[in-house]
Amino acid sequence: MLANFDFSVITGSLSYLFLDGMRFTLTLTALAAIGGIALGTLIAMMRLSGLPVIPLVAKTYVNLFRSLPLVLVIFWFYFLVPYLGQWVTGADRPMTVGAFTSSLVTFTLFEAAYFSEIMRAGIQSIPKGQAAAAQALGMTYWTSMRTVILPQVFRNMTPILLTQTIVLFQDTSLVYVLSITDFLGAASKVAQRDGRLVEMYLFAAVVYFAVCFVASLAVRRLQKKIAIIR
Amino acid sequence: MNYNWNWGIFFESSPEGTGTYADMLLSGLAWTIVTALCSWVIAFLLGSLIGVLRTLPNRAANAVGTTYVELFRNIPLLVQMFLWYFVLPEVLPESWGSWLKQLPNAPFYTAVVCLGFFTASRVAEQVRAGIQSLPRGQKMAGTALGLTVAQTYRHVLLPNAYRIILPPLTSEFLNNLKNTSVALTIGLLELTARARAMQEFSFQVFEAFTAATVLYVLINIVVIFISSWIERRVAIPGNR
Amino acid sequence: MSAPLNTSTAPTASTGPMIALSNVSKWYGDFKVLTNCTTAVNKGEVVVVCGPSGSGKSTLIKCVNALEPFQEGQIVVDGTPVRDKRTNLPKLRARVGMVFQHFELFPHLSIADNLTLAQTMVLGRNKDAALSTGMALLDRVGLSAHAKKFPGQLSGGQQQRVAIARALAMNPIVMLFDEPTSALDPEMVGEVLDVMVQLAREGMTMMCVTHEMGFARKVANRVIFMDKGEIVEDATKDDFFGHARSERAQNFLSKILQH
Repeated sequence: MLANFDFSVITGSLSYLFLDGMRFTLTLTALAAIGGIALGTLIAMMRLSGLPVIPLVAKTYVNLFRSLPLVLVIFWFYFLVPYLGQWVTGADRPMTVGAFTSSLVTFTLFEAAYFSEIMRAGIQSIPKGQAAAAQALGMTYWTSMRTVILPQVFRNMTPILLTQTIVLFQDTSLVYVLSITDFLGAASKVAQRDGRLVEMYLFAAVVYFAVCFVASLAVRRLQKKIAIIR
Repeated sequence: MNYNWNWGIFFESSPEGTGTYADMLLSGLAWTIVTALCSWVIAFLLGSLIGVLRTLPNRAANAVGTTYVELFRNIPLLVQMFLWYFVLPEVLPESWGSWLKQLPNAPFYTAVVCLGFFTASRVAEQVRAGIQSLPRGQKMAGTALGLTVAQTYRHVLLPNAYRIILPPLTSEFLNNLKNTSVALTIGLLELTARARAMQEFSFQVFEAFTAATVLYVLINIVVIFISSWIERRVAIPGNR
Repeated sequence: MSAPLNTSTAPTASTGPMIALSNVSKWYGDFKVLTNCTTAVNKGEVVVVCGPSGSGKSTLIKCVNALEPFQEGQIVVDGTPVRDKRTNLPKLRARVGMVFQHFELFPHLSIADNLTLAQTMVLGRNKDAALSTGMALLDRVGLSAHAKKFPGQLSGGQQQRVAIARALAMNPIVMLFDEPTSALDPEMVGEVLDVMVQLAREGMTMMCVTHEMGFARKVANRVIFMDKGEIVEDATKDDFFGHARSERAQNFLSKILQH
């Protein structure tokens, strides 16, 4: 019952929860978002390239990742990354890979599929005349992408990319299945150790809610600003 | 890659003694599908209700709808799963709590309710967007003919809104299906959990995960096929 | 065309005007869209409301059946005060037919179902009775061959004629038209106006927001001219077209009659 809700369990573990747990969560979120957006942009460009085969490869990548649960993908890469590392470095044994690296690879590759769909919609929403105008000025494909198309896409899509990053922030909690000490993992470890599940899980929920709610309010404000500028 | 492939593993019997590894995965698939379908019923009905609340010209209704969506959208699904499974029985009156804990198949019921409430918030957003995308005059026309608000929603707005949002609803259905895997953390023996168990028993990691991957891809294809069949069936002659 | 479009059999309550507006004012937030609008539409009368866009004429007509709320004044339809909290609005609206600028047929229902939905849901008629009423009116607007089609398969002019039939199927005591021809391609305006003229000649009480001055000359009893949310002129047809008093109305007329 809530009558014997014990705040001291929370206050006593704050530094562990935030300095260990939340720091892992935020670092993973930030790096995977940057990596995912970069890779996602590349995949979107591949998909719209009009070259032979390349669009199909990109489409297959996106559809494959989008049809799999993240939990399964986390397991996949947890076992696959050591072998991939071995293959890349040419070592004779599977590489030992830390929990952080494994999660970062997983989330970057997985979220890239989702970010690429956002970027694809963004690129397609830029009027065809823009590319034509850039071409008429003598720009190459890459120059026009870099200086004309993508800047507009990023400006238009920033709110949606940020919203997806909030989703990513929530998704990182699933590294729990690998017993990693992210924010939820830390909360869970304290909960098990002290037998205070109610306190720790409610506290975790409140913290996640506060972060995501404030972040999504900020995104909405940004969206309005962008809408005015346009 | 020095990994010993053994694709014959699926036909070896699992240490659980209830059949082969293939049987184990298929039973996981069945739990995944049943959990996804049951939770979808809750998600669809509750989500439609919440979505409608957010479109009514009534402050209280809007507030209820908005609060629901914000609450369920801003807490990770895994945390919600823990709240339903570990926290709820503790904060309820003692007799209810112990009844919940002794429920057979508790992970299944918990997963169904948790996913249903979670996905409802996403369905609600789609339903709201669908209704708001209809011309304002549609609601007025219903009203002008003397239909009540409920009749206007039931006979005019919702039938059109659902048609419009069928593609995003399909995505949400698939998300819900994939999200059933999160319930492995509370002990639901769904497909991902079974693949993981097979890996632990047999050490054939990649065979187990490949099989699970293929099964997930197949369900996706089947769902998309069904969805486009529905879309054709409900298509209105002369539109688009 | 011999059988009447006007099938109204419902008795009307009062001997006074069918629609009476007194000092109606409306705001959107701080912005005043209607200012002290007062006028009346008598039984059997056809009143045309015109004015430049943004003058509030569409808003005014939507206040009559309370599709738009208004903050001051009163509107009484056949003795029933619209802004009274005790008024059963769905019941009142069922007796007031309305035709919209964009037709607003229900796209997911066949033409026949569009005609019968409100009859069965609101008036409680049985399916067969509703269908025969609907089909009779569909025939009157010359579209009985299209009963099984869907709105998206008809032209704009055809859709608007169905929309008129749908409103008439409720046996309304009065019809409101909100710019019924302004979303139509020019070649389809005539077929809709023909139906409206016939309806007017059969004695239907009508309030029409429209720019079709030809229609006004042909059947209107009175013309109301609005500008900036106010009723600037409220005159008989002959007075309005003969010697409109206000400069604003003269200006408007000269612009609209130039082409």
